Amino acid sequence: MKKVISVLLIGLLSACASQTTQPTAVEDKSAAQAAAAAAAVANPNLNPILRDPNNILSKRSVYYDYDSFVVKNEYRPLVQAHAQYLRDNAGARVLLQGNADERGSREYNLALGQKRADSVKNALTLSGAKDSQIEAVSLGEEKPRATGHDEASWAENRRTDIRYQGE
Amino acid sequence: MLMRFYQSSRHILIHVFLLWLISTPLQAALDIEIFGGGTTQIPIAIVPFAGEEKLKQGITAVVAADLQRSGLFRLVDSSGPVLRDPRQIVYPDWKNRGAAALVIGSTVTLPDGQVEVSFYLMDVAKQVQLADYTMIVPADRLRAAAHQIADIIYERLTGDVGVFSTRIAYVVKQGNKYALQVADADGFNAQSIIEYSEPIISPAWSPDGTQIAYVSFENKKPIVYVQTLATRARKAVANFKGSNSAPAWSPDGKKLAVVLSLQGGSQIFLVNADGSGLQRFSQSSGIDTEPNFSPDGQSIIFTSDRGGSPQIYRMPVTGTASGTAERLTFEGSYNVSPHYSRDGKSFTFIHRSGARFNVAVQDLATRQVQLLTDSRFDESPSPAPNDKMILYATEVKGRGILAVVSSDGKTRQELSMQAGDIREPAWGPLLKVR
Repeated sequence: MKKVISVLLIGLLSACASQTTQPTAVEDKSAAQAAAAAAAVANPNLNPILRDPNNILSKRSVYYDYDSFVVKNEYRPLVQAHAQYLRDNAGARVLLQGNADERGSREYNLALGQKRADSVKNALTLSGAKDSQIEAVSLGEEKPRATGHDEASWAENRRTDIRYQGE
Repeated sequence: MLMRFYQSSRHILIHVFLLWLISTPLQAALDIEIFGGGTTQIPIAIVPFAGEEKLKQGITAVVAADLQRSGLFRLVDSSGPVLRDPRQIVYPDWKNRGAAALVIGSTVTLPDGQVEVSFYLMDVAKQVQLADYTMIVPADRLRAAAHQIADIIYERLTGDVGVFSTRIAYVVKQGNKYALQVADADGFNAQSIIEYSEPIISPAWSPDGTQIAYVSFENKKPIVYVQTLATRARKAVANFKGSNSAPAWSPDGKKLAVVLSLQGGSQIFLVNADGSGLQRFSQSSGIDTEPNFSPDGQSIIFTSDRGGSPQIYRMPVTGTASGTAERLTFEGSYNVSPHYSRDGKSFTFIHRSGARFNVAVQDLATRQVQLLTDSRFDESPSPAPNDKMILYATEVKGRGILAVVSSDGKTRQELSMQAGDIREPAWGPLLKVR
């Protein structure tokens, strides 16, 4: 019998496609600018608690060591708070955007950013969030928050951002 | 006289019977210089085309730049009177200048505004004509005519197919705007295919040159699109949950290899060019990305970190051995972005040594690796359709530019292009057989 490695996924895929989070369009802004702009505009569908600077839920970025994808202990409270929110709000959806610094191949960096987004996704699901509430994607090195070419900028760009649907 | 010239140079002169022209009864034998590293460069004089000073676009400079960029030609001083007819050629003069081949030509603007371009290619040693050609082109197609002339000269003198009439695709970032552009192989005549305020990466030409697959971030995540150049129509061919990236066409144009995070990690899948029929191709717990089909379509090379560092692997597409990945690179801890040569015998890739990222070529049979560049940040190597040059992205003073290196690493040239940060080049296919 011919060894078949391929997996047909059509049905599964169409299901996934309908679950894909599609936040409203944000033109021509960096993620940080976009978040700030979104915060300035009252979004009726967005729980204000997510924007309360005194609430840990307003913290959205997880940073990594060089060549690492491990969610460090200092970010556990942040991740657990978001997991709790997702548990309590079954209709909430998050987009996790992983990022990488600029050194090396763009496509390989895209895959590295994916590992980072996946690490946060795993932490969220382990803490009780549903897989269907989360989409983990990568922006690779394409959307740097810091545009310098030094270690400080690279560290800033080794990051996963948590964005709620509607942001 | 000829010997005296070469004795005065530090190059060694040998006689090589370069090619036996099949298409004409003429057989060319050219004097070839062998440079230190074994590079053969044909000394060629290109006399400025008669009448071209009256045109908006000259021919001579374009032909000369094309031939020089290939690394296979050395331009010989061609100053002196304009020549329209081979009977005007004083061969000893060109021998003295060290030219093995001589090009003369002329341009005439016709009453309808079109331009008649004629040229002759001569073997200086034998004093015989190797090619003559006349074409009538619209005045706005003079660069294209010049590229065609360079192709004919290249083919006659090297026996290999010329690629100067092909096109390249790449991405320009200017301010916060990103444009996917297509240009002539020398970087001129650029046209935007699509413009966005979000990043575009990884353009890949369909084998017939009518479509380009690419990754766009316009929707907050990477999605793979295929765009038809003639109509500008486009279709998302991989827009699954998670990230979708790294499109590569199968040689028959029917399938794309793409990288999806759909089932965890970043893994290679095959999908029909219309987006249907998804199949998983690679199986690892980590990163498998940057797939590239062999020219025979039988295998895919790709980048994987399954061994702990990014290295290049090869896996058959079909057959009993499918599913078994063979590691190809072993030197260094970072080898990425593989692209098969068009003859399938080697692949080009990016090799990191220390803090430098350089273009390298590895022979598939001998596993021998050759570094072709010594700059700092080279990316995205893309071989020419005749494998004699490799187009890549590099950085000069913080700005991304495109450059071309000859396949022996001896000749490197930056493509002079417009402002902006230029990256992600892809050399298009050979479209027509003359």
